[in-house]
Amino acid sequence: MKKSAIALALAATLSLVGSAFAGDLVIKGSTTVLPIAQSAAEKFMESNSDVAITVSGGGSGNGIKAIIDGTTDVANASRFIKNKEVSAAVENGTYPVPFAVAMDALIPVVHPSNRIKDLSIEQLKKIYKGEITNWKEVGGADAKIAVVGRDTSSGTYEVWESKIMNKDRVTQRALVVASNGAMVQTVAKNKLAIGYIGLGYLDKSVNALTVGGIEGTVKSVLDGDYPVSRYLYMFTKGWPTGDTLKFINFVLSDAGQEIVGNTGYIPLR
Amino acid sequence: MDERIPGWLITLTASLSLFIMVFLIYFLVQEGIPTLREVSLKELLLNFDWYPTEEPPALGMAPLIVGSMTVTLLSAVMAVPFSFLIAIFLSEVAPSWFREILKPALELLGFLPSIVLGFLGMVVLAPWLQERFDLLSGLNLFNASLLMGAMIVPIVASLAEESLQAVPRELRDACYALGSTRWETIRKVVLPAALPGLLSASLLGIMRALGETMVVLMAAGGAALVPISIFDPVRPLTSAIAAEMGETPVGSAHYHALFFAGLLLLAMTLGINLVSMWIEKKGKERWMA
Amino acid sequence: MSRKLVDRGASILLWTSAALLVLGLLSILAYLMANGAESMSWEFITRPPRDNMTKGGISTAIIGTLQLVVVSMAFAIPVGVATGIFFAEYATEGPFTTALRLCVRCLAGVPSVVYGLFGLSLFVVFLNFGSSLLSAGLTLACLALPLIVTASETALLAVPQDFRLASYALGANKWQTVRKVVLPAALPTILTGAILSVGRVAGETAPIIFTGAAFFTPKVATSLFDEVMALPYHIMVLATAGTHIEQTRPIQYGTVLVLILLVMGVSSLGIILRARLRRNRR
Repeated sequence: MKKSAIALALAATLSLVGSAFAGDLVIKGSTTVLPIAQSAAEKFMESNSDVAITVSGGGSGNGIKAIIDGTTDVANASRFIKNKEVSAAVENGTYPVPFAVAMDALIPVVHPSNRIKDLSIEQLKKIYKGEITNWKEVGGADAKIAVVGRDTSSGTYEVWESKIMNKDRVTQRALVVASNGAMVQTVAKNKLAIGYIGLGYLDKSVNALTVGGIEGTVKSVLDGDYPVSRYLYMFTKGWPTGDTLKFINFVLSDAGQEIVGNTGYIPLR
Repeated sequence: MDERIPGWLITLTASLSLFIMVFLIYFLVQEGIPTLREVSLKELLLNFDWYPTEEPPALGMAPLIVGSMTVTLLSAVMAVPFSFLIAIFLSEVAPSWFREILKPALELLGFLPSIVLGFLGMVVLAPWLQERFDLLSGLNLFNASLLMGAMIVPIVASLAEESLQAVPRELRDACYALGSTRWETIRKVVLPAALPGLLSASLLGIMRALGETMVVLMAAGGAALVPISIFDPVRPLTSAIAAEMGETPVGSAHYHALFFAGLLLLAMTLGINLVSMWIEKKGKERWMA
Repeated sequence: MSRKLVDRGASILLWTSAALLVLGLLSILAYLMANGAESMSWEFITRPPRDNMTKGGISTAIIGTLQLVVVSMAFAIPVGVATGIFFAEYATEGPFTTALRLCVRCLAGVPSVVYGLFGLSLFVVFLNFGSSLLSAGLTLACLALPLIVTASETALLAVPQDFRLASYALGANKWQTVRKVVLPAALPTILTGAILSVGRVAGETAPIIFTGAAFFTPKVATSLFDEVMALPYHIMVLATAGTHIEQTRPIQYGTVLVLILLVMGVSSLGIILRARLRRNRR
């Protein structure tokens, strides 16, 4: 392979130009976990000025791939590692270690004028499947339901899909919005809408629904009572050491968990 | 020093473009074709269910392909006639002082980064459309097409202008001599004579629109469905690639399917490019004869 | 009479569309200026982001974009100019030249997101450069290459034949003629072409998403294998990802304005230089 020889020579020459110094930490992965990682990195560097942390997105799949390849120190993931990824890691001789760093819960929301207060998981599923199309079928006024969902590549959608839809598909007629903020705005403007948002984004402009009689609060999520929630993870290559260990410990410390709360997620305690 | 060596070096360096093109096709094929092991080509192109995150994933690209086509066509419908008007104005009507303003303005519009137009679509156009037309969301086919139109106007207009300029002076003069007005001359003589060039300019604009990513990613709404109205959200191939590439496990069926989408885009744009080249060649031969 | 009216109507229509275009461009620029101006400050340009990107500046993204431009041009200019020289001075009609011309033309039409996929599979994965300044820069270089090739070839062809003949008459060989006579004569025009392609490269987002753009990094890249922040990608993540989309709106406008000033500044410079060169030639 002449080409790779050339590439190697090129790479070797280029690495002489400047090499990364030891106190560097690379974090990659889920866009859902990005805000936590980014704020935590900032705070961490304030007290550890010898460490420089680079945070990039790219998604859970990319982050876990980077752990397997050894190109990152920490991988953010909004889901647990998949079997396929585990076997790839074992083949490569790396052992990803998961750390749950926060929780994320989704709250169904409707327009403040809507008199519906509670929906069961089954009703939510039927509404999002497109089987229930009128509010009167779930005890509301006689009006159409405007279903608002999220982009299939967003982490928020993944939670909704696994906890509510459970193998069924969201109707293709559902409107798709790009962010939690956009969801709040859309539902607040539309009397017929139903949507879902992360717990941290709840405000007065929309009405939160209880799911199967359980209200989504920090307490009910942490107790495991509220059904529409998940853990957010950071994975490391094997058991963390050095700066990686310091960083993970920081995220799990009181100061780190305070950051989790500030970014709109649920601290683990 | 042998004086042939520089020549060889130049030729070798020049052949890099060839290598890049070959590698480009090679890698997209290598990463895109494995998806056919999981789903049949027919299902990939004709199935309307794009649920790539399910287990097993549903990889029907039809809504994405339709999304790409609708955005491209709608933006062409909006932008091409306007571009022709600009081109005719520049070539036939504009006084020189105004040309000095319009030409650079057109060029600068072409330099506007697509991310900026996408951003404008998101924060300015979308809320306005939502209010004005009482829509569920302003991020839709119409919004993305309008911005895409703004992106392709500079391309189509400047290429069209070149082909209008290439029409020989004598043809125009002959027409005026027969007592035609300026507009009649343009309509009956100049436009038909420049037709191949105009066609090729439109095709190149369409090619550009088909491959545009950031505008549709930010302003098209991103729902993988077949639009029934121009205010429905769509998810073209390009925005599916940009949004999903990072989230998918490397080497999964979904990952390969996204590369396949890239291959599809490459094939479509190359096809359009070749057709436009062929039209240009035919047009040139006309003047030779 | 009615023919005159139609003619008049057509003229009005043409004038109106032209005016619309100029006004449209000006209003877009004015709107962005007005909204971005309030977040402009010395701190904004010279400090890295802080407090979850809701405060601070965008210095790392500005420098990252400049680094990307430098890396991509370091590759694209030599290769592009050499290819231009080949077409203008060395090429003989034949299948190789035809194929090469076809490739350059086709490369110019490849969608930017496809360049991104290509960069991901060739530079990031196959050559193992990882997600880095180098991978992203090389990906952008491939995208800029056809632009520079076309600009160089046009510039070289514009050099009068007499120059070459005079050089040969003095006993110079082909390469000496190209290097000492033709290239210097065409250099200003070639550089103008390069400047215009910088304007194109600096604003590209899709090719760098998977090849080397970082969401956040506190320091400036010191090696080609570091990831960098870049202005266009920064706009994208602030406007679409994260949990503070509304709070960072002013920073988004500010970043858009900086990007516009950079791209439009560089492009305007190119356009003005080109106009001057053309005037001098007449």
